[in-house]
Amino acid sequence: MANETGVSVVDDEVKMECKLGDKSRSDTGVDHDEYELLHSKSPLFFDLYERKSELQKQTHYCPGCGHGVVHKLIAEALQELCLQDRTIFVSPVGCSVFAYYYFDVGNVQVAHGRAPAAATAIKRAGPDKIVISYQGDGDLAAIGTAEIVHAANRGEKITVFFVNNGIYGMTGGQMAPTTLVGQKSTTSPWGRRPANEGFPMHMAELIATLDAPAYVERVALSDNKNIMKARRAIRKALEIQRDGTGFSFVEILSPCPTIWGKDPVEARHWVAEKMIPEFPLNVFRDRKPEIPSGNDPPQRAVADVLGIAPKAAVCGVSKLKPARRLPSRFKDVKIKIAGFGGQGVLLLGQLLIEMGMREGLQVSWLPSYGPEMRSGSAHCHVCLSKERIGSPLVSHPDVLIAMNEFSLRKFANEVPSGGLILYNGSSVPADFVAPEPKVVAIPAAEIADKLGSTKAANVVMMGALLEETECLAPGTAVTVLEDVVKKVDLLEIDRKALDAGRLFIDEQAHVGAVSQPDGFA
Amino acid sequence: MAGEARGKVTVDSEECKGCGLCVESCPPKCLELGPELNTYGAHPARYTGRDCTGCGICFYCCPEPGAITVYRIKAKAKAHAPTLGGKYAPAL
Repeated sequence: MANETGVSVVDDEVKMECKLGDKSRSDTGVDHDEYELLHSKSPLFFDLYERKSELQKQTHYCPGCGHGVVHKLIAEALQELCLQDRTIFVSPVGCSVFAYYYFDVGNVQVAHGRAPAAATAIKRAGPDKIVISYQGDGDLAAIGTAEIVHAANRGEKITVFFVNNGIYGMTGGQMAPTTLVGQKSTTSPWGRRPANEGFPMHMAELIATLDAPAYVERVALSDNKNIMKARRAIRKALEIQRDGTGFSFVEILSPCPTIWGKDPVEARHWVAEKMIPEFPLNVFRDRKPEIPSGNDPPQRAVADVLGIAPKAAVCGVSKLKPARRLPSRFKDVKIKIAGFGGQGVLLLGQLLIEMGMREGLQVSWLPSYGPEMRSGSAHCHVCLSKERIGSPLVSHPDVLIAMNEFSLRKFANEVPSGGLILYNGSSVPADFVAPEPKVVAIPAAEIADKLGSTKAANVVMMGALLEETECLAPGTAVTVLEDVVKKVDLLEIDRKALDAGRLFIDEQAHVGAVSQPDGFA
Repeated sequence: MAGEARGKVTVDSEECKGCGLCVESCPPKCLELGPELNTYGAHPARYTGRDCTGCGICFYCCPEPGAITVYRIKAKAKAHAPTLGGKYAPAL
């Protein structure tokens, strides 16, 4: 049965673009003048698997395990379709948890059953990425039932490879939702009884009842012919994702020789004799889903929605104004503001992002403070960018605004060379070893005190920041302050504080500096 | 199946786990498990040296990514066939 000679796997058209087989073995003693390389280890796999110090040439799978075959088929398809560089592989919990040791692509390993949820997030954040959710039957059909059903129902444009061996393999052979009726496992020692444990779940059929999926097929690793069908199905599923057609799902019936207690060849036959009759091989869905477009929500700027649209008369910023050009030294600006609670650290961050929003930038603000807000330590992360922001977390700020000495010492090392540190103090502490970034000490508290309120120190720092980096327009700062600060006398202090901060930097820069075309140093 | 070999299989004996799926799958039955043990205590598969057609079935049945490499004898008449680039490309 397994010996059909009619199956030929000489390859189709694709292999010319992507370099195939450049990992040829020169140590095999094959005369390359006489022989041409036909099939060899895919360059999608790492040369060595660094999971452990030994056995680095082998996968961790048992002899005869189906995972290895599925891995090879996926690797081959990705290589042929030239998708390696934009693939993100989501590994599950189960035997294939270590897939990231093998595939030289982007890798994420997620909580049990949650691979489709994580894949959804990854795909939505990067629609051009090829996102693969690779799952076993315990993972997908038991603990992850909700995730797979809803990802499929939403028609997420991801690809799910569901390796079904009818058992929990990694944990030692417990009954899975896909365990056959009568099949013994450690948790169904007398064989699965439908009266007690229910019937095997047919996930491919279940998924195919939904409207959104584009492609659902079940294949098996039971013999040569079916392995070749699996190869085509896996490739097709990835093509469907590449073309953005919709959700693709391939269920692969796969042997688990160790837990089934069979040798690898017997296990393969068992797939054909026992599993396929229960889980028939079929293409259950193959069409582009018709998803009505519906009414798109109106495209409005955030500032517009919040009712803080810029007042054109005041600062000349109109809604149509394109995003302001950020200073060329930064692609985008990542700022960390740190100090004591009560110094206006978080508020300063909020002012900056509100200004960014009004100037048409993408912004994020991530506060971080303990339970002791006031007089405790607080800091916030601010991102201003012309492009979408991947993460609001700022681990290497371009600009650090340290409102106290503690923050200066704590965060200075995070600022890369070329960055900037603005320090609230008359001078940098004598024993502070200045790292590579430029450090500017601004006596903001003293300046603010002279203006009438030490509370305005944060606005002095903001003025200094705007003058030093030119990341946002001072005119926008005035508008934002006018909207945010309700007390008239405080607003007046803030206006002066803003100017004082700018002036301080300006005067500093003039000492020994060469004048620039804009009149500033 | 006997006939002139059209291909050739090499097995990385340190990667092979001796599962025997390639031996079972090979249509012309040109693979076997060798008598020697590798470092990890498995009998690695090996090519008998006869009858390989270069069909590649063993490659797809083998669960290890790089244990099996399949070669095909270059067709002399089709020496220009651009199957592979790089070092295997025929000299022009």
